[in-house]
Amino acid sequence: MGVRNSGYLVGIETKNETGLITTRLDEIVRWGRKNSLWPLPFGTACCAIEFMGVVSSKFDISRFGAELVRFSPRQSDMILVAGTINYKLAPVLKKIYDQIAEPKYVISMGACACSGGFYDNYATVQGIDQIIPVDVFIPGCPPRPEAILHAVMKLQERIDKEPVPKRGVHRRHEVVEKFRDS
Amino acid sequence: MATQETPKHDALVAELKNRFGAKILDVDRSYDDCTLIVDKAGIHDVLAFLKNEHRFDLLLDIAGVDCMNLPKFRERFEVVYMLYSIGDDVRVRLEVPISELDLDVPTATDLWKSANWAEREAFEMFGFNFVGHPCLKRLLTHHEFVGHPLRKDYPIMGGQWCATTSDMTEELNEPR
Repeated sequence: MGVRNSGYLVGIETKNETGLITTRLDEIVRWGRKNSLWPLPFGTACCAIEFMGVVSSKFDISRFGAELVRFSPRQSDMILVAGTINYKLAPVLKKIYDQIAEPKYVISMGACACSGGFYDNYATVQGIDQIIPVDVFIPGCPPRPEAILHAVMKLQERIDKEPVPKRGVHRRHEVVEKFRDS
Repeated sequence: MATQETPKHDALVAELKNRFGAKILDVDRSYDDCTLIVDKAGIHDVLAFLKNEHRFDLLLDIAGVDCMNLPKFRERFEVVYMLYSIGDDVRVRLEVPISELDLDVPTATDLWKSANWAEREAFEMFGFNFVGHPCLKRLLTHHEFVGHPLRKDYPIMGGQWCATTSDMTEELNEPR
């Protein structure tokens, strides 16, 4: 009311003097989800340093709504695996992924997380998609900050297209064979 | 070319040969280093002597070598001790040939506390059995790992899945 009576309109109100919009529920749920991706940085190597650059003011991931870094899986929507994952850490990563509430998304950042990188050996997992389902892979060693922003935008596109279910789990889990019994 | 360590090495080698005799199998002085090849039966005495009588107060590392396929070697494995004397500024290296049929090595944890984790790493990577070690279990690889990955006959891509996490309760409860 105040906007209408004050005599001049600013921002979005110039297009919509009533202050009301109509939309579909799944549209606004998707809009909310894709613009508030709270990331959990699972940083184990130099990629995590690159992620700090993305969060900071120069590249500023908050322009995409993903700046609120949470270090608890219970408060985050997106896990960003940045760095080398070895076999000793694999059950830890799986456990943390399991603790994130639905809907949850995974970005695999850098050569090590995507494919093991140059660690072709007995200790390093050759790609985290063997442990948890990955939405977006970012190549690079380490990737440029722009590449991480690109990955967030790709994930937003993906969220924009996915259906919002009426009830129940958000999407079916791929149960990784190695962890079926654990 | 001699370094400032060379005269100290000369005196040390002479004294060790005099004292331990046949237990010192060989001496390698290449690249101005001092490497003593010591028989397994005498290694603990030599280490104790170096620590107590010659102030080698710092155990830098304990390494393992798999000599498989090398053109010349004494035994399949070697345990290598790297010692440093802070007071005298001398480094010395001790190599102990180990047969793959008898992997027992006396522990050095009673001399240096740092031998604890160094020996655990050498154990998991090569399979040496450090007799007398307080907690000889895997250090870097996970607790479900089977085999010794730095052995030449271990497949380089032989990763092993681990389904459960583990904690360090046993280490925390060790007497110190």
